[in-house]
Amino acid sequence: MRPSRWVALWVALALAVVAGVAIGTLRLSVGEVVNGMFGVGAPMSVSVVRTLRLPRVLLAALVGAGLGASGAALQGATRNKLAEPYLLGVSGGAAVGAVLASAFHAPFALVPVAGFAGALAAVALTLLVARASGGRGDARVVLMAGVVVGAFANSVIMVALANADASVVRGTLWWMMGSVAEASWMQVRVLAVFVTIGIGVLLALGRAIDVLALGDDTAAGLGVDVARVSLGVYVAGALLAAGTVSAAGLVGFVGLLVPHLARLAGARTHRTIISAAALGGAALVVCADLLARVALPPAELPLGAVTALIGVPFFLALVRRLA
Amino acid sequence: MIAFRDVVVRYPHREVSALDGVSLVAERGRITAVVGPNGSGKSTLVRALVRRVPLRSGEIALDGASIAGTGQRVLATRVAVVTQREEPAFPLTVREYIALGRYPHLGVWRSAGRDDRAAIARAIERTETEPFAERAITELSGGEWQRVRLARALAQGGAAIVLDEPTTFLDVGHEMAMFELLSGLASDGQAVLLVSHQLNLVARFAEHIVLLHRGRVAAAGDASAVMQGAVLEHVYEWPLVVTRDPAVGAPALVPLRVRARGTARDGQ
Repeated sequence: MRPSRWVALWVALALAVVAGVAIGTLRLSVGEVVNGMFGVGAPMSVSVVRTLRLPRVLLAALVGAGLGASGAALQGATRNKLAEPYLLGVSGGAAVGAVLASAFHAPFALVPVAGFAGALAAVALTLLVARASGGRGDARVVLMAGVVVGAFANSVIMVALANADASVVRGTLWWMMGSVAEASWMQVRVLAVFVTIGIGVLLALGRAIDVLALGDDTAAGLGVDVARVSLGVYVAGALLAAGTVSAAGLVGFVGLLVPHLARLAGARTHRTIISAAALGGAALVVCADLLARVALPPAELPLGAVTALIGVPFFLALVRRLA
Repeated sequence: MIAFRDVVVRYPHREVSALDGVSLVAERGRITAVVGPNGSGKSTLVRALVRRVPLRSGEIALDGASIAGTGQRVLATRVAVVTQREEPAFPLTVREYIALGRYPHLGVWRSAGRDDRAAIARAIERTETEPFAERAITELSGGEWQRVRLARALAQGGAAIVLDEPTTFLDVGHEMAMFELLSGLASDGQAVLLVSHQLNLVARFAEHIVLLHRGRVAAAGDASAVMQGAVLEHVYEWPLVVTRDPAVGAPALVPLRVRARGTARDGQ
C-alpha cells in the first residue's frame, strides 16, 4: 500500500476522533476538544471531553480496530471472503460467555475472560458443524455454520435471561445490539490490552497467513504448520471478539467490510491488510457511533444497528460477486 | 534425493491403506515419475511428504536423512511441492506470489535480502514468467498459471521438486513446454518427482517410472520395464496395447475401444 494511503488512514482516524469528541448535545470547537484532552479550558468542556466523550470515542476506536484486524486475519486464514467474527458466530459465543458471567455476578474483570471462553467454544463449534457438513473448504458452508452457531448463542442468552429482572433484560438486549454509550476509562484500558495482544499475535502470524491463503497443502509445502497457525488465528480472533463484545456488545459487519476496503486500497500482504483494517475499522466505528448519537435526536441508535445498516448492502454485493 | 521406504499411510475410518509399503527413490539429475490409476495413492505420496498425512510406518528421507525430525520450514527449504490444485483466495501479482516461495527462508520477521531477490529473479527467468510478472494471478491462462506455480517452487531454492499433475488442463503445446522445462531442471541436477496421468509423455521424459496400483508398487524401472501391456491392462482395468511411437520410437500406450478390441491393428 502506498505511503500516502497510510497517511490518509491516520488522518481519517484523527478527524473521526476529533469529530466524535466535538459533536454532541454540547457542541465543542476543535480548539476546545484538543485543549480539553490536555485538561485546558473551561471546566465544563474539559469534563465533557475527558469523562464523557473521549473514553467513548476511544472505546469505539478500539472496538473497530479489533474487529477490523480479526476480520482481515480470519478471511485470510479461512480463505473465506465472508469471514468475520460476527458472521462466524465467534462474537455470539463471546456474548454468551459475557452474559453468563454477568448473570452469575462475576467480577468485572472476569467478564471478558468468560467471553473469551465462549468465543473459543463458538469457533470450535462452527468448525465442527462445517466439517460435519463436509464443507470445511467451502466458504458458504462455514458461513452457514457460523450463522447457525450465532443463532444458537442468541437463544442460549434468551434462556439465561428468562427469569431476569425486566431492567436486566432491557440492558442486556441493548448491549447485545451494540453500544459504547456506557464507556468508562476502565473499559478502555481492559480493551486496549485485549486489542494490543490480539493484533500483535495476528501481525506476527501475518506472513504465515499470506501462505495459508494459498490453501492448506500448498502452505504445508511452503513450511507453514497449518494446524498451529490456524489455531493461532482463531485464538487471537476469539480474544479480540471477547474484548470487543464485552466492551460494546455485538457490532457486526465491521470485520467483513473493512478488510475488503483495505484490499481495494492496495493492501496485499496480510500484515498490511491487518494493520490497515485495524486503522480503518477504528475510524469506521467512531463514525458509526457518531451517527448513532446524532441521526435521530434525542434518541440514540444502537451501534450494531448502524454498522449493520452500512454493512448489509455491502455484504449482499459481495455475495452476489461470489455466486 | 527423495527416498520413500516401505511407506504405509492409512486415512482415518478407512479399511484399506492408501499407501501400503511403497518404496521409491527420486534421484538428482533425473525425472522420476509416479503413475497409476485414480485412487492408486499418487497424491497421498505428495501429502505424506509435506506431512499432511501421518505415516503409519516406513520413512521418507531427503539426501539420506529421515525427514521425521525436520522442522516444517527447514523441510520446505529443501524440497518444494506444487500440489495438484490451488485456488488462491485473494489476488496477488505474479511477482508477489512467486516471492511467497521465500517464506521458509524468511520466517516471521526477517525481510527479503539479496539472496531472496536473486532466487526470485532466477525462478522468474527460468520459467520465462517475466512478461506477465506484474499481472494478477487470477488473470492468467492455465499454462501461465502452472509456470508461475513452478516458479514459486523454484524460488524456494531446494534441490528437490515435487509436482502433482502439473499438466492437467494444459493443451499439447503447453504440456510439452512444461515437460521440457522439468527435463531442463533435472539436467541442472535437481531431483524432479512427478506425479502424472500422461503415461506416453512420462515414457519419453522420465528416466525412472513407478507404477502404483492400490497403494502398492506394481512395476518400477525405465519406460520399457514399466510400459508392459499386460501389467498396464491389469492395473488400469481397461483393454490396451503398448506400441512404439512411430515418430520417436518411445513406448506408447493405446487404450482400445471395448467393441473394437479384436480388430485393433495398432502395434500388431
